[in-house]
Amino acid sequence: MSASSDHANSVFASVVQAPEDPILGVTVAYNKDPSPDKLNLGVGAYRTEEGKPLVLKVVRKAEQLLVNDPSRVKEYLPITGLADFNKLSAKLIFGADSLAIQENRVTTVQCLSGTGSLRVGAEFLARHYHERTIYIPQPTWGNHPKVFTLAGLSVKTYRYYSPNTRGLDFQGLLEDLGSAPAGAIVLLHACAHNPTGVDPTSDQWEQIRQLMRSKGLLPFFDSAYQGFASGSLDADAASVRMFVADGGECLAAQSYAKNMGLYGERVGALSIVCKTAEVASRVESQLKLVIRPMYSNPPIHGASIVATVLKDRDLYNEWTVELKAMADRIISMRKQLFDALQARGTPGDWSHILKQIGMFTFTGLNANQVAFMTKEYHIYMTSDGRISMAGLSSRTVPNLTEAIHAAVSSVA
Amino acid sequence: MLLRNGCAGRILKSGLFRSMSTSWWKHVEPAPKDPILGVTEAFLADPSPDKVNVGVGAYRDDNGKPVVLECVREAERRIAGNLNMEYLPMGGSIKMIEETLKLAYGENSDLIKEKHIAAVQALSGTGACRLFADFQKRFSPDSQIYIPVPTWANHHNLWRDAHVPQNTFHYYHPESRGLDFASMMEDIKNAPNGSFFLLHACAHNPTGVDPTEEQWREISHQFKVKGHFAFFDMAYQGFASGDPERDAKSIRIFLEDGHLIGCAQSYAKNMGLYGQRVGCLSVICEDEKQAVAVKSQLQQLARPMYSNPPVHGALVVSTILGDPELKKLWLTEVKGMADRIIGMRSALRENLEKLGSPLSWEHITKQIGMFCYSGMTPEQVDRLTNEYHIYMTRNGRISMAGVTTGNVGFLANAIHEVTKSA
Repeated sequence: MSASSDHANSVFASVVQAPEDPILGVTVAYNKDPSPDKLNLGVGAYRTEEGKPLVLKVVRKAEQLLVNDPSRVKEYLPITGLADFNKLSAKLIFGADSLAIQENRVTTVQCLSGTGSLRVGAEFLARHYHERTIYIPQPTWGNHPKVFTLAGLSVKTYRYYSPNTRGLDFQGLLEDLGSAPAGAIVLLHACAHNPTGVDPTSDQWEQIRQLMRSKGLLPFFDSAYQGFASGSLDADAASVRMFVADGGECLAAQSYAKNMGLYGERVGALSIVCKTAEVASRVESQLKLVIRPMYSNPPIHGASIVATVLKDRDLYNEWTVELKAMADRIISMRKQLFDALQARGTPGDWSHILKQIGMFTFTGLNANQVAFMTKEYHIYMTSDGRISMAGLSSRTVPNLTEAIHAAVSSVA
Repeated sequence: MLLRNGCAGRILKSGLFRSMSTSWWKHVEPAPKDPILGVTEAFLADPSPDKVNVGVGAYRDDNGKPVVLECVREAERRIAGNLNMEYLPMGGSIKMIEETLKLAYGENSDLIKEKHIAAVQALSGTGACRLFADFQKRFSPDSQIYIPVPTWANHHNLWRDAHVPQNTFHYYHPESRGLDFASMMEDIKNAPNGSFFLLHACAHNPTGVDPTEEQWREISHQFKVKGHFAFFDMAYQGFASGDPERDAKSIRIFLEDGHLIGCAQSYAKNMGLYGQRVGCLSVICEDEKQAVAVKSQLQQLARPMYSNPPVHGALVVSTILGDPELKKLWLTEVKGMADRIIGMRSALRENLEKLGSPLSWEHITKQIGMFCYSGMTPEQVDRLTNEYHIYMTRNGRISMAGVTTGNVGFLANAIHEVTKSA
């Protein structure tokens, strides 16, 4: 075949269309639906009682401060991001009184929300850590396996969710982590497990910590809901702080997408807690080598908003109030849905709706039932039966109740 | 907690309890400083009042200050308080992409109308190149990338991290401080058919040396003969000549010849949006169906890297380019930046010639864009830094954006001093 005819043909002619992302694809399908009663309980983005996206008041205030400040420029951030933002983020998750921070043993780099923080951390581990396997809970956020695989780690799972109890399979978790090779990486959801909403109790966390430290398993926390789960920033960071308090090392990925409503701004941070300040400094230099060939340096806007809020006493306090209000609305939605199902006499035990925490409820509905609800009631959720409580309102609870009732009554 | 004292020593030695007393990261080497960004770090640390930073490629006004364009300020005023911050789609802002493709491919491009282009919003130029490199690895796994010598240092890093093997091709001719066209064409001819090449669309970084229009036509023709794939990194459209249409000439020539190219675009310099990380990756396909498939695969690569791109910078771009008044303002401001740099090139050259330099400094005004490849050696650069507190990368690259009417004389004098006995 002559070379000159090649130029008219694409070298990518054989590329097949990728399947829709299972989570983001739900919104795509929802958008296409013309029904006026449609309800999107797919992607985890907070909605108000009126079903609208919410920009926090403190964020608006911070935005105005930034836009009205003529001295603000748009220069490149350092590779590691906005320094203030990094310090404040570390304090937020590890606690203002954290010994690890005081001893300079923590390196924190700004990344693109939770996803970016996980990816940068995983790339670092794939290059510098002696164990290339990461254990992720079964189930977990759909994007986790792809992030770790593309970073060069191999992915295994540990038991987490028990469909029978719709709660934690604690025995299974201990057994699986117990039989992991020494030094293996373990992904832990800091709070408000996605998709199940099932979290270990404080006692269970302590047992997990002891087991992991005894086997030298490396904790990698994904903290996407700090403050959003219980309404308390400190309570939602307890699991992470427990591990840091024992003096050991860990990684933590933080996201401000939900708790500060900054979704599209892609604001997050990766922290690596090290044994010594000297090690932390070397680790940071290597993190830069991961970031530079990926996107050079992180976006400035969202991080500036976060830093503005976190460093101002009044804005910070206002934020905690707005955060609690979001968490409380979700908790009240749980109660309303549970009460409605009880009142309707829907078969089954629905107490897990109250026991689970955070943005999502793992309903226990199967794929057939989910498909039924989408087709007949125009209710959109991921096929694993996960619903975003943030997408519910008092107005839409009755429709959802009807749909669940019909699904469990008529679809196997 | 778990250790009984007697066992501690044995268990520690066995490595099982290593995490109790030693770090997992003891063996981690300190990474070398980034050669470009490290320059600014050193500059900032220098207490001298006369220090000059002609290192990193970020525009400065004639007072040496960073600039936020008026069109950007206005766009931000309109945006603040008005829109929500929901996730963008994985592929980014549709509106921003539409406007961006028009810039690269022309307002009335048939390729755009007929939807032959797979395009996603990317994290500035770096992100666009990296996404393409990852895509190249996945879908042309046996291919390599040919990279010009020299090039922006991070190009090597990002194709390496994407695990795409690299080759180089001749580009810069040190003796003439111009283009080594003959050797470049040789390399293009000798590369295996269907090779992937990285080309700088305009204002080559770091040399400022661009092919002429005639030379671009020859390159395009040879690419046709060999069936090569052209990937354009266009980081300076508008910034080079002051005219975005003119700066996209190389790409338009390739399009005329029917090439199906790839292109990385950045708004860091030409819209001054550096830290916002706004850019676009586009891949031209045979038809709409293929474009849809390629875009979906690009999204698959972005999802496990950052899920979806940042919204703010994209909003600024689409606000400006979507409003005829603001777009006009932008074009004026871009021309202003380019003109100031062109003026500084003349001034620097004139100053050096007035000082009676024995060397030729013609290349300062022949080269184009943000950078001047001075031809100075690393040792001469070190002298500039140590003796005159002038900061630049050791390859002798001067960021003309850092030159002002206030410091051009000082800079010329220093360069003259370290080169006069060369």
